[in-house]
Amino acid sequence: MRYTFLLYSDPAMAAGMSQEDWAESKKAFGIYIGALQEAGVFIDTDWLQPAETATTITLASGEKRIQDGPFAETKETLGGFFAINVENLDVALKWAEQCPAVHYGKVEIRSSAMGNV
Amino acid sequence: MPCRSLWQGRDPLFRDGQRVSDSQTQARAEDVARAAYGKLIAMLASRSGDIMAAEDALADAFVSALKTWPTRGIPDKPEAWLLTVAKNRRIDQVRKDARLVITDEANEMADTQAIEPQEAQFDERLKLLYVCAHPALDEGIRTPLMLQTVLGLEAKQIAEAFLVKPATMAQRLVRAKRKIKSAGIPFVIPEPEAYPERMSAVLEAVYGAYAVDWLEGDSDLCHEAFFLSNILAQLAPEEPETLGLTALIGFIEARRDARISNGILVPVPEQDTERWDHQLIDRSVSLLTQAALRRVPKQIPGRFQLEAAIQAVHAARAATGQTDWRALSQLYHGLMTAYPTIGGAVSRAAAVAEDAGALEGLKLLDQIAFDGLDTYQPYHAVRAHCLAEHDQIAEAAEAYAKAIAFCTDGPSKKWLEKKIAVLREKMS
Repeated sequence: MRYTFLLYSDPAMAAGMSQEDWAESKKAFGIYIGALQEAGVFIDTDWLQPAETATTITLASGEKRIQDGPFAETKETLGGFFAINVENLDVALKWAEQCPAVHYGKVEIRSSAMGNV
Repeated sequence: MPCRSLWQGRDPLFRDGQRVSDSQTQARAEDVARAAYGKLIAMLASRSGDIMAAEDALADAFVSALKTWPTRGIPDKPEAWLLTVAKNRRIDQVRKDARLVITDEANEMADTQAIEPQEAQFDERLKLLYVCAHPALDEGIRTPLMLQTVLGLEAKQIAEAFLVKPATMAQRLVRAKRKIKSAGIPFVIPEPEAYPERMSAVLEAVYGAYAVDWLEGDSDLCHEAFFLSNILAQLAPEEPETLGLTALIGFIEARRDARISNGILVPVPEQDTERWDHQLIDRSVSLLTQAALRRVPKQIPGRFQLEAAIQAVHAARAATGQTDWRALSQLYHGLMTAYPTIGGAVSRAAAVAEDAGALEGLKLLDQIAFDGLDTYQPYHAVRAHCLAEHDQIAEAAEAYAKAIAFCTDGPSKKWLEKKIAVLREKMS
């Protein structure tokens, strides 16, 4: 089953990070990606530009609307994701627990709806 | 339970306008359905994770059984029969639903040969229990979910026990089942390090199942809950609470024949100890001892062990001839400190009233600050008892009348009516 980890955190926390902190964080994520790859469960990942740089588009009201910023203003914003392929939620939970983001933010686990159609 | 209403609702005794069967076949069919429910759901849902599809398939199988069993007789292995029919129904359903290519699931389900429910039932049912107690599910839905999927209770019954609207309960159950399937919660026995966390939810649900209609006597639900607690105690004896729960249910079960006389409730301290099941009491005492031995030193005993210890004090009356109210007061104090509940608070006041006097009991009752106290029958009953002991007869009668108003079962109601009649005689 394909699971996506949505990594949420408060961007204010990143503001106070030093050069060393960033290097430390990058290293932690590098090790995590390596572990996922080695286990053969890695599909994809990305690290996103801050939410205030987001552009949101919708045609839901019938006309095209383009908005500056994320679709909802929240304290904790989506900062990145991981997509992995594992057997079940228990295994996904174990991997999510090892994601560096759990130490400063929240990781939401969602299973893929594709393939269940 | 779903199967129970299914059997009763479709009037199986009539076929083509003629009565073709007898009540014995009907009763036997019901027995099979009720006993097998959780096992069959567990086996049908285990691989796909789809509990709702399993429920639908099993419901169809029950309907088929109602059509065929009265005329052709009940099969040698009724559970296997139901499982085969249910699996075939699922294959039909999958084919009907399939717009694209059916994956390996269809092949797997087509394999209906050599189904032996007896072999697999233990683990599969346990796996289902653990699924229902999964930490990814909302805590409040775990017990109802177990009651429905493992023990076969209807949403309506569960709603009554949990004091919510039936439609609300049904909706929450469906939501939980959808999540199990779509989030991929696995049907597996958890790893040993996850036992304590997962086990407590399972135990709560099993006890919840036992508590639903323990009073009214010989219900299958009680047997099923006791059976499940025994399996859990075997599976995880290193977890003291599994032993504690099994002991607790054992003590209560042991008093089954003594607790109702002529349709009237007999309170535990007044029960005829000759009518208690002493073998079961001995076994429960031994389980409780084992639980204490397995406990980490200085660790507070779990809720079920404390409740079982309370029942053990009551059980000791068979040997000593009297109830040790001092010990009960202390145990209830411990229970209320670690695991406060409205029931514990009221029971503690009752024990203290016997040990230290009615006035002390009334004081404790006045201190209780739980929601729903005004409509809680035992509160009014204990208060009435204390008031009567304190010679406030008119107030006591009034409190008994309130207790009766909030009483939901027959034997307790009759007992309360008896109490009020005695008081009225005194007053006149």
